[in-house]
Amino acid sequence: MVLEADERQRLEQKANEIRQEIVKITYTCGGAHIGGSLSQTDLMVALYYKYLKFDPKNPDWEERDRFLLSKGHGGVGHGAVLADVGFFARSELDDFNKTGSPFGMHLDRLKVKGVDASTGSLGHGLGIANGMAYGARLLGKTWRTYVLLGDGELNGGPTWEAAMAAGHFKLANLTALVDRNHLCIDGSTEDIMSLEPLREKWEAFGWNALEIDGHDFDQICQAIEAAQQETGRPTVIIASTIKGKGVDFMENQASWHYGGLDEAMEEQALNSLRKE
Amino acid sequence: MAKGLTWTIDDADHMTQAEIYGEVLTQLGAQNERIIALTADLAGSTKIGRFQKDFPDRFVNLGVAEMNMMGMASGLASVGFVPVVSTFAVFASLRCAEFVRTDICYQNRNVKIIATHSGTSFGQAGTTHHCTEDLAVMRSFANMKVIAPADSYETAKALTEAIEVEGPIYMRIGRSFEPPLHKSVDFDFEIGKAIQIHEGTDITVIACGRTVLSALEAAEIAKQQGLSVRVLDMHTVKPIDTDAVLQAVGETRRIITAEDHSVIGGLGSAVAEVIAASGKGCVLKKLGLQDEFSIVGYPEDLLHRYGIDGDGIAEAIQQVMKTDFEADEDWEDEV
Repeated sequence: MVLEADERQRLEQKANEIRQEIVKITYTCGGAHIGGSLSQTDLMVALYYKYLKFDPKNPDWEERDRFLLSKGHGGVGHGAVLADVGFFARSELDDFNKTGSPFGMHLDRLKVKGVDASTGSLGHGLGIANGMAYGARLLGKTWRTYVLLGDGELNGGPTWEAAMAAGHFKLANLTALVDRNHLCIDGSTEDIMSLEPLREKWEAFGWNALEIDGHDFDQICQAIEAAQQETGRPTVIIASTIKGKGVDFMENQASWHYGGLDEAMEEQALNSLRKE
Repeated sequence: MAKGLTWTIDDADHMTQAEIYGEVLTQLGAQNERIIALTADLAGSTKIGRFQKDFPDRFVNLGVAEMNMMGMASGLASVGFVPVVSTFAVFASLRCAEFVRTDICYQNRNVKIIATHSGTSFGQAGTTHHCTEDLAVMRSFANMKVIAPADSYETAKALTEAIEVEGPIYMRIGRSFEPPLHKSVDFDFEIGKAIQIHEGTDITVIACGRTVLSALEAAEIAKQQGLSVRVLDMHTVKPIDTDAVLQAVGETRRIITAEDHSVIGGLGSAVAEVIAASGKGCVLKKLGLQDEFSIVGYPEDLLHRYGIDGDGIAEAIQQVMKTDFEADEDWEDEV
């Protein structure tokens, strides 16, 4: 599948806007998990601006698709998307990280509209997503559950407990996406605790496993639609990405897992994105 | 949440606590189609096989993988189910502690955790399968209610009310060979309200779970020695019945707590917190495991070892009756 040129351009432009928002919020809030928020953005944009069914005026709409950001530290990127699609005003993000604000590094479902699960502690998202997908099937619902995982997160056992269960129960209405930016806090995922061969691991757990370029909207959309058409097993989309994507001085730097920006750095980062 | 769930048990004398739990859960499942039972390769041990037989679609066995079970319960609750999760207390409360806290309590999901084999009730299995810390851990999670029913009838009543109220609940029961406390189903049960099992004016024993029966036995022993012992069945450890504790402080001024649990963080600590905040002087002795790991043994031997059988509590009553407390001029009581 190849996207129509104007649709590809629409998604790419939206992703660039969201990345600029992430930079701006990171500047105003004092510091954020910017590297992983930038790497996940294209996946988030494809979901929120093309595939997910939701109603910002009715966040609890029962027939909505569910989305869980299991790598909850990408909350600044999630918040930027949720504001842009209309769950709340962009100005609310000005209070990000402030004492008493609904918005912190990891979004709270009871405080932020549009958030289906409060995440942040790694290894929790897939298990909760399992329950949603299992419940939807039991209720005869057609909505789908999407969960975005980090790659460093895959070191931990709970995700594999959940992966085993989703494979066992053949949860075809569940799609996992892995933001495979190859970096965790302390360095390369392969140096710290190797994940490869990753596709084969998921396949061994009963999943339809797809490997794509996580910054290529044609590939992202093709994979999501393949997942939607899969009937006998859950699908994982292992999306190879670049941590810090779009900001030249952050790309592929583990040190930009978390960081703050002064005014000059913010301008430099925005300029880098404007050239994209 | 729908009220008015009903159940009947015809042969309680010949059924264990867990068997009654499984039977009642099945009857409730017939009345509420949103009840879904989850377990982790312990359907047989936790006696929910009957539910599985009647409602195979609403029975989920996750294998030996408890963390995913708690996550799935959170997800199922989010789409309107009432997950009832059954596994051994040590796994439910300790292995899964962060999943219960973050996936269920923090997100305020309507999940009911039924933790079997609590305390030292799994005697010969030893410390890895005992659980003498769960009340402490679960009590500390915001949004969580913590219940330790004394016997089968209380288990059935607590389960029914747990399903009727919204929000996370942790309920610890034994291995299920515990003798009954109540002679019939004809008593009032309300989450958060202690049951006075025995009237007394000299001293109060506050117990939960299996030790309520021990406390009642101790009260009978003490009666022979001329002492009037009040016994409170504090089945709800959180929210604790503050009024009942304060009334006991005011009327007996000597209190013993008894629990099949560490004396750190559980029922004894909850009672101590109420007493300390009241500003009233009182003698308190906390019975249970004294900052130690349990040993292997038959459950009744372990109750004896840790001083929470009838004899052990009776002995503690004698000790506490000999303990003086400082007089308080402002204290108006009948002591």
